[in-house]
Amino acid sequence: MKNLLHLILVALLAYVVTLLTPWWGIMIAALVVGFLLPLNGFKSFFIPFLAVFNLWGLQAYMLSSRNDFTLAAKIADLFSLEGNSLLLILITALLGGLAAAFAALLGKQFRLVVSDPKG
Amino acid sequence: MKYLKLLILLALNAGIFYALNTQFGSIPPLGKFLSPQQGIWQNETSEMPDAELRLEGLSQPVTVQYDEHLIPHIFAENKTDLYRAQGYVTAQHRLWQMEFQTMASAGRLSEVFGPRALNYDRAQRRKGMVYGAEKALETMKQDKEIAAFIEAYKEGVNAYIAQLSPADLPVEYKMLNYKPEPWTTKKTALLLMYMTDMLAGRDSDFEYTNALRLFGKERFELLFPEYFNVIDPVIPSERDWKEIAAEIPEVPTDSLPLEAIAATMEKPHPDNGSNNWAVGPEKSATGNPILANDPHLGLNLPSIWFVMQLATPEQNTFGATLPGALGIVIGFNNDIAWGVTNATRDVKDWYKITFKDDSKSAYLYDGAWRDTELKLEEIVIRDSITYIDSVYYTHHGPVSYDESFLGNRGGTGYAMKWTGHLGGNNQRTLLELNAAKNYEDYKNALKHFLAPAQNFVFASREGDIALWIQGKFPNKWEGQGKFLLDGSLPAHEWQGFIPQEHNAHIKNPERGFVSSANQHPVDESYPYYVFNDGYDTYRGRVINNFLRERDEIDMEDFKALQNNNYNLMAAELLPHMLDSIDRQGLTADQQEYLDIVADWDYYNEIDEAAPTIFELWFETLHDLVWDEFEKEEIVLKKPFNYQTIEMLANHPDDPFMDVVSTDKRETAKDLIQMSFVKAADSLQSWREEHEDFKWGAFKGTYAGHLLQALPAFSRFDIPIGGNSGIVNATSENHGPSWRMIVELGEKPKAVGIYPGGQSGNPGSKHYDDFIDKWAAGEYLQLEFPDYGAELTKPNAKQILSND
Repeated sequence: MKNLLHLILVALLAYVVTLLTPWWGIMIAALVVGFLLPLNGFKSFFIPFLAVFNLWGLQAYMLSSRNDFTLAAKIADLFSLEGNSLLLILITALLGGLAAAFAALLGKQFRLVVSDPKG
Repeated sequence: MKYLKLLILLALNAGIFYALNTQFGSIPPLGKFLSPQQGIWQNETSEMPDAELRLEGLSQPVTVQYDEHLIPHIFAENKTDLYRAQGYVTAQHRLWQMEFQTMASAGRLSEVFGPRALNYDRAQRRKGMVYGAEKALETMKQDKEIAAFIEAYKEGVNAYIAQLSPADLPVEYKMLNYKPEPWTTKKTALLLMYMTDMLAGRDSDFEYTNALRLFGKERFELLFPEYFNVIDPVIPSERDWKEIAAEIPEVPTDSLPLEAIAATMEKPHPDNGSNNWAVGPEKSATGNPILANDPHLGLNLPSIWFVMQLATPEQNTFGATLPGALGIVIGFNNDIAWGVTNATRDVKDWYKITFKDDSKSAYLYDGAWRDTELKLEEIVIRDSITYIDSVYYTHHGPVSYDESFLGNRGGTGYAMKWTGHLGGNNQRTLLELNAAKNYEDYKNALKHFLAPAQNFVFASREGDIALWIQGKFPNKWEGQGKFLLDGSLPAHEWQGFIPQEHNAHIKNPERGFVSSANQHPVDESYPYYVFNDGYDTYRGRVINNFLRERDEIDMEDFKALQNNNYNLMAAELLPHMLDSIDRQGLTADQQEYLDIVADWDYYNEIDEAAPTIFELWFETLHDLVWDEFEKEEIVLKKPFNYQTIEMLANHPDDPFMDVVSTDKRETAKDLIQMSFVKAADSLQSWREEHEDFKWGAFKGTYAGHLLQALPAFSRFDIPIGGNSGIVNATSENHGPSWRMIVELGEKPKAVGIYPGGQSGNPGSKHYDDFIDKWAAGEYLQLEFPDYGAELTKPNAKQILSND
């Protein structure tokens, strides 16, 4: 339950924050949720990763599919992905997910330090 | 431990942030670039939603209707509102391109690309591009009406830039990681200079000077005659020039400075030219005049042209615009249609400058020392320190070449004298043409146009057709400016200009049509000296023959002519080449090639192999004939095709036919044989790699994105025939950049097409949606509603207003 809540919160906050900030808003969102709602072990990395991976992947897919992936195919060509637009969406999602995951770890670590500064 | 982990994570996050927010070489900042909310995904759209937009400064709301091709039809209450809206609408679709082209013009590409653009930028500065733009701006600013219009246009562009969010930036800005700067009126002048350079920036003075020194006067004149033995000039030979009382300056007796010049700046494409023609009522099937134009330029994306309708209650004009300039450049209204081809004339000359000393502060003129003016050109380089180039100006113009730039060592330099620096009011000509109603309006509009000189074709609903060769032309002594001139001699200077009314022109000629294709403007009976280093010798004759042979001409004939692939050069040369071939000793493959080309009808069609064989054969032959011109230490230019053929046919034993690198003494016949075998070999290796050697595949026409034909944003292997020198002048990356045909009846009927699309956004389906139609020889029906009327198939509507 907490995992799902964490996932939804990161995705939602990342979406809202980047309406106002550049791309790095996703890092802030993950950091804040990581601080407020820390998860254990591997999940503390994987859940926020999944949140933004899905968010960015979905956003990119939706924007691109309604235009028949016209630009995505060209950018995929530019990046030597042989015009594979799905691969470009995957890379977009991966980058977003990774940035969020590490930011969430940092948020969690802040929490640990703040809650028990001497430990 | 906790703290250490915190520190590590902090560092890791900082690293991730840095890595995704920074540009590495050609890789854009990936976080920014790929973010769905601000990155390229936001450019993934072809839609044009209906919208009400704010455009400050409008006196009345402006309506912009887009048709299915994304052509904007702009309706404004008055001209100031109209040009403000034109700026805004153009920026919506072509912002990156319009800024990029003006930066290229001003020699500022290093700001975007870093040090690799420095040499290009230096050349632009040294050509005096900014100097010329400033002069033009001065002239335009003295013209209160034009000044107000270019100001309004500027504010329109800037209103669009001001409301742009990072997400809306054109994709090229995101890729190269920079932002648009405010538009200025100077940028409009720079765009006009960009065109001037493209069309009137070519000369071969240094190459000719080298050739003259190397081969002597007699041989030079044989290779580079001013008139060929067959010409069909723009102004028909029947034209009588007796009414012109011309005063031609005398040829000075001083000798020319015959210096050896090692290298020159990169020049505009030699095929920058065009076709235009018009038939009068008596030759038209419907009795209405019909006009056609197709300017031949580099095939780029976004396309150089942006098509639109610009209407007020008083004037209603349609046609192709240049993003950055006001009004329609090539188009029509209810009363007239007009078009342009390049009037290639030698309007750029070079003067040898003798400096007093290394400081270059003074130069010799008329036996005394004159001061130079120093202009420090600051070239800002991305991620590097600013480069300051010292450019010295003489009264002739900028010293483009000196020891710091492609020049010879020592105290000399070469100064440029160019009509591009005179500061014309081209913008007024264009806007007056937009509003012109008849021949008199057209004639008056042209007066302000100084450079690049153009053949302005004209037709009116009243039934007039005309063609003026318009520009400001120096009145030269015979031979002046063909070679390097001596900047210290007053007699070597331009002695004045050809009076406006003496510019060659013709109205309603007896033959019932006017035409131009960059060929000789006039025959030798015209009193003024009209030298140029490369008049067309083929397209003009094909067009004139086509129009001469027919009487009831209609728009379909015009379409056929614009798409005509007849290779007149091949028709004149190939039979001679075939006659000279000795079949003995040719391999089976070679014989097969010979059979294919012998069986050819001289049309450069895409599905024929013969044009491939011929073009390859001729190219090889041309190189063999002129092997004497392959020199590393000096620049030279090979003679033109027409004269090459003349030499092959009529001077087969000339010493030039000898291939220097062999012991044998070759004749034309030997060269034809040798080149055929060589060409067959190259064809064989082509086939091993590509298989298909039909003309379309071999030529491989492409439209390249402005960023050096970045493959992802370019279109390759466009199936279109023709070639340079053919009416359908489509070569590998050059060709008809806007084909337009207009019939002037009760209401004008018009079709047009260009190799691109209305949107400058590579993510839009309208980025290149005209290309296939263009290649197939198809046209768009251009819908031309009256002021205020609705389109039949509206795509989107924007209302621009002040509130």
